[in-house]
Amino acid sequence: MLEISGLKVFHGPIEAVHGIDISVPEGSCVALLGPNGAGKTSTLSAITGTARATGTIRLEGRDLAGLDIEDRFRAGISIAPEGRRIFANLTVFENLRMGAATRTDGGIERDIEEWLSRFPILGERRSQSAGTLSGGEQQMLTIARALLSKPRILLLDEPSLGLAPKIIGQVFALIEDLRHEGMTILLVEQNAGAAIEVADYVYVLANGLVTRHGPSGEFGDGSGLMGELTGVHD
Amino acid sequence: MDYAAQQLLNALSFGAEYALIAVGLAIVFSIMGLVNFAHGEVIAFGGYSMAVVGTVVTGNPLVLMAAVLIACVSVSLLLERVAFRTVRKADITTGLLTAFGVSIILQNLYLLLGSPRPISATQFIFLDRTLLIGPVHVSSLQIYETVTTIAAILFLTLFLKRSYLGIAMRAASRDFQMVRLCGIRANRVVATAFAISGLLAGLACIFIMARRGSVTPHMGFDPVLTAFIACVLGGFGSLPGAVLGGFILGFLEVGVLVLLPQTAGGLAQAAVFLVVALLLFWRPDGILTPATEKGDKL
Ligand SMILES: Nc1ncnc2c1ncn2[C@@H]1O[C@H](COP(=O)(O)OP(=O)(O)O)[C@@H](O)[C@H]1O
Ligand SMILES: [Mg+2]
Repeated sequence: MLEISGLKVFHGPIEAVHGIDISVPEGSCVALLGPNGAGKTSTLSAITGTARATGTIRLEGRDLAGLDIEDRFRAGISIAPEGRRIFANLTVFENLRMGAATRTDGGIERDIEEWLSRFPILGERRSQSAGTLSGGEQQMLTIARALLSKPRILLLDEPSLGLAPKIIGQVFALIEDLRHEGMTILLVEQNAGAAIEVADYVYVLANGLVTRHGPSGEFGDGSGLMGELTGVHD
Repeated sequence: MDYAAQQLLNALSFGAEYALIAVGLAIVFSIMGLVNFAHGEVIAFGGYSMAVVGTVVTGNPLVLMAAVLIACVSVSLLLERVAFRTVRKADITTGLLTAFGVSIILQNLYLLLGSPRPISATQFIFLDRTLLIGPVHVSSLQIYETVTTIAAILFLTLFLKRSYLGIAMRAASRDFQMVRLCGIRANRVVATAFAISGLLAGLACIFIMARRGSVTPHMGFDPVLTAFIACVLGGFGSLPGAVLGGFILGFLEVGVLVLLPQTAGGLAQAAVFLVVALLLFWRPDGILTPATEKGDKL
């Protein structure tokens, strides 16, 4: 589905990712783990087209080079970004409407209603400004917004960051559900244990390089990895 | 009674004109952080288009009004395409300097192709008649101006609340890149902002032409400067702020003229700016900009 090879990512003159290969097969959930500053967000930015990058990124065989942000989205890449980035001045409903902006079919309203009943708390606040939601609610909203376009692949950037443990459980339950519905997911996390549990395959990123990768079974509960992750953090 | 009603209408119509222009500035600023100082030249372009069409084609006021609106929208879109799109990712100063450059180039084009002296175009003057409403004498133009502005603001509000492109524009005022990450084309959002801005400039142009009956290269400069102050007063980038700022300035101008003795008439503008300065001292970010609303625009 998504094939990345030799990817280097740049922020101005700074090279944040130094040539990595990542593969996300159709219908799988792949986790990209690593400490702060490892280059996880940079990698996602390269995929969505918001950061300058070299190397190749293919979606279903199609080279994304030269496609701008909008065209990559229209090709099927959707992101629930770091920091959630919900539109705080829009209502919950309007945020979801933005997620479906590129769709022309008649099912938009129905799908929005479906998400609003999936998360009743969002349903109750449909006409409320999204800025008033709690962190967990905003995370659900940003994921729902990302999915309303019916993407081919969903990128999730640290969906559990800054949330209470109970809410983190809900977020990962949702990811688990999406996986069972057949959604292809690239999940960026620092919460290694929970991510390994939900993922089929794991990449570990440190200082802009993949240091380890393999099926999630090889990583146990991630406790060894936690030490490894903090160890490389100098 | 007569006097009070006239002054109220004066204030409303001044405020309406400033609000029309201020909203045009604010809508572009809110989504791309550009202070479009060439907005006044868009207004002047409407005036010249009217003069040309009025001389060459027809004097029919309805056709001329359409011509003014079309001209202002077109030139606004053209400026976006040839001048502002290239500096969209640049910092705010670059955008500002570009806008000044465009403004100066256009003024000189008008001087070169037109004339430094006013060119007459009087077809809208008929809009300005004295009406007798009950016991009160009022200017019909001022009523048209106030009503049109309120209608335009209502339509714009409806557009921003109901249409998907309008919602996208509000979203873009907070996080433009996230809007693009929803697949909505940046060019489309920006062009819509410039089109709306041009349309509002066109409406303002019609009323300015109805009052002046002539066009000069610099005719848009003063109103845009005042509208700029209205934007700052209301909170730059806030559309309700631009409307509020426009009407506050209208009322301040008229209020100062009414309250100051005749002999101090020359101080009217200074008095207005003194009040504006005091208001900004009270709310440095403008009246309608809560601290949480500020942030990166692009
Ligand atoms: N916009 C930026 N400008 C400059 N440097 C950046 C920018 N974004 C990220 N970086 C740098 O790139 C490196 C990787 O950052 P990032 O991809 O955000 O890491 P992660 O998401 O894994 O925490 C860090 O050293 C960070 O400082
Ligand atoms: Mg990150």
